[in-house]
Amino acid sequence: MTMIETDIHPAIDNPALPMFLPEDQMPSRQGDRIIQFREALREAMSEEMRKDKRVFLLGEEVAQYNGAYKVSQGMLDEFGPKRIIDTPISENGFAGMAIAAAMTGLRPIVEFMSWSFSFVAADPILNNAPKMLYMSGGQFGCPIVFRGNDGAGGQLASTHSWCVEALYANVPGLKMAIPSNPYDAKGLLKTAINDPDPVFFMESERMLGDKAHVPEEEYYIPFGRARLAREGDAVTLVSFGRPVHFCLEAAETLAAEGIEVDVLDMRTIRPLDIESIIERVKVTNKVLVVDQSWPFASIASEVVTQICERCFDWLDSAPARLNTADVPTPYAKGLEYDYLPNPERIVGAVRKLINA
Amino acid sequence: MTQATAASSEQSPMNTAKADSLPMQAPTAKTATELPKEILVKWLYDMQLIREFENRTMQAYQQAKIGGFCHIYTGQEAVAVGTIGCVNHDDPVITAYRDHGHALARGMTPEACMAEMFGRTTGCAKGKGGSMHMFDRPNWLMGGHGIVSAQTPMGAGFAFAAKYELEVMGTGKKKVCLCYLGDGALDQGCFHEAQNLASLWDLPVIYILENNGYSMGTAIERHTANFENLVDRAKGYGIRGIEIDGLDIMNVYDKFKPLADECRETSRPAFVDLKTYRYQGHSMSDPQKYRTKEEVDQYKDKDSIAKLCADLMDMGHIDETGWKAMRKEIADIVRASVESADAAPIPDADELFTDVYANPEKNLSPTATYTHGTKNPLM
Ligand SMILES: Cc1ncc(C[n+]2csc(CCOP(=O)(O)OP(=O)(O)O)c2C)c(N)n1
Ligand SMILES: [Mg+2]
Repeated sequence: MTMIETDIHPAIDNPALPMFLPEDQMPSRQGDRIIQFREALREAMSEEMRKDKRVFLLGEEVAQYNGAYKVSQGMLDEFGPKRIIDTPISENGFAGMAIAAAMTGLRPIVEFMSWSFSFVAADPILNNAPKMLYMSGGQFGCPIVFRGNDGAGGQLASTHSWCVEALYANVPGLKMAIPSNPYDAKGLLKTAINDPDPVFFMESERMLGDKAHVPEEEYYIPFGRARLAREGDAVTLVSFGRPVHFCLEAAETLAAEGIEVDVLDMRTIRPLDIESIIERVKVTNKVLVVDQSWPFASIASEVVTQICERCFDWLDSAPARLNTADVPTPYAKGLEYDYLPNPERIVGAVRKLINA
Repeated sequence: MTQATAASSEQSPMNTAKADSLPMQAPTAKTATELPKEILVKWLYDMQLIREFENRTMQAYQQAKIGGFCHIYTGQEAVAVGTIGCVNHDDPVITAYRDHGHALARGMTPEACMAEMFGRTTGCAKGKGGSMHMFDRPNWLMGGHGIVSAQTPMGAGFAFAAKYELEVMGTGKKKVCLCYLGDGALDQGCFHEAQNLASLWDLPVIYILENNGYSMGTAIERHTANFENLVDRAKGYGIRGIEIDGLDIMNVYDKFKPLADECRETSRPAFVDLKTYRYQGHSMSDPQKYRTKEEVDQYKDKDSIAKLCADLMDMGHIDETGWKAMRKEIADIVRASVESADAAPIPDADELFTDVYANPEKNLSPTATYTHGTKNPLM
């Protein structure tokens, strides 16, 4: 993998962006090197930390405890306490600190135990990181990664089940990646660490144990390229993160009825690969955006708007969205399931769209 | 597969080549009276420069050449000049929105500072930051910050970064970060988090409280508990704290210099309750109903510039003629900065979409196409 100096802003010292391989030269997604999602994340961080001493990880319980969710297991042993740093429960403090370190050219990875806890750090992560380059008139960049668990599913109720993407993606100056599987998680996180802009990286506690083949060879996944996870002709389902799995499950059910749907996994939200969406809409003429944030001013709202702006004439019916229920996240298992854009709800929404 | 072109381990991550031409080292003298004449006279010059600059700023604001919120530093000059005078040029400095004084004391040109407030391309942030957000990378000014106390965790972060470079990357050198805050910032949670982290991790940052007695219109006794014993709070975090009379720059140096040296050497944080006073209202739109004219006059009688000037005359470092000439020179420079700001180009409409992303890939926005901006005038 060659690292190239592309057209990176002069505020960034020693930039190094991976040279991305064309899709057909990427290492295979099939194989028998089966690892968990959390291990894929760990490999991404460890590989980049081996190469670049500017990179370090900090967050609550990342070092001695080996990660609240075992993402950073063993990293303290390899990199030592100066680079794998246990923090107090002080998100506002350590996020602000890490942002300053990034301004001087270091490459911090900040782990939020959950994005639900990032709100107490909202000021630094929204006011400083994404605006630093602009506000300083191009003097200081902020190459930093914030990552952690996002979204409901573990019966953690409303304080711990936040989906922050719709809130945060609104802010210009940041990038946002939301992988749905181990292969993408690794490739996207490696790209995020090398990207010179602040990257908000959403994981899901529900998926950390998911297993898949992750190739031995090094690879980077470019931002802004969706993956067609399943191809159909009836409807295009657009999703990202954990709900991609709900879509794939719904697709199976629908296939049994003879309805074949697309499942497009966006992988990054900002940038958003709108071209791939348009390309598929031109085939299926119907689109449903499945998003696990609330409907009002959500990522789905944005995607639907862009579809209307860019390929309205190719639609046979109004573009549809399916979000979590517009209520605080409930605790009870059944209620929580109903709240999510689950496969049954997706199947229902697809049927409605087809009959529209 | 080739390795990433990671930062070479010989060089500090932050490249500030331009700063090389500037004097790099703090003076070694233990007390102000031992300092060479040139430094003492330069203090007077810098303080008067800030005073004159701020007077002109107010004028320009009243003429509506400057917009937004604008906070004037007059009265507090001895703080920025005195404390910055104790450290090396590449020690990071970060402050809040009342930042013109720090910018000038750090070496930003009056042109760049004034033009920023005029919203011109020659401003330090090309007109994108304004009065509250002065940045000067070659001079290690890591920003004026508009959110009260947001700069305090960042101050710990610059100290952290310096330490990390030294210990992990094997580059850099022992530094101390100066992080300024107003008394209003004492009450923010993040300042407490910052002190805890700085002490816990042995970070060489000095929190310099510019205690001017007011947070906007709220006097300190109405906004912070136990306000007469603020060093006790720092002590609670295991942070050494001292009080300094901030109206006498010689005194500021005498007390602050050993503290700065010690923080650098021992890699420990410190807290300074620097008693000072602002002559103007909180911002340009403050009728000042909360304090009396007598109170303001009392402080003006103890003016720090007059004090230093008298001291320097006693020491024979400057005389009436020299002082007059200095004021004239400064007045000319500041007037020129206003004229040059006024004549400088306003930003092109295209600049609206520049410097948003360092790596502006496509599809980052449904409506905007981002590019790199014109070169920053300071870089
Ligand atoms: C978080 C936040 N709350 C409120 C404000 C509005 N505000 C700006 S300055 C200020 C007073 C702060 O006073 P102090 O910290 O003492 O600094 P000084 O103005 O005296 O230099 C207030 C309330 C702000 N900028 N940020
Ligand atoms: Mg104050």
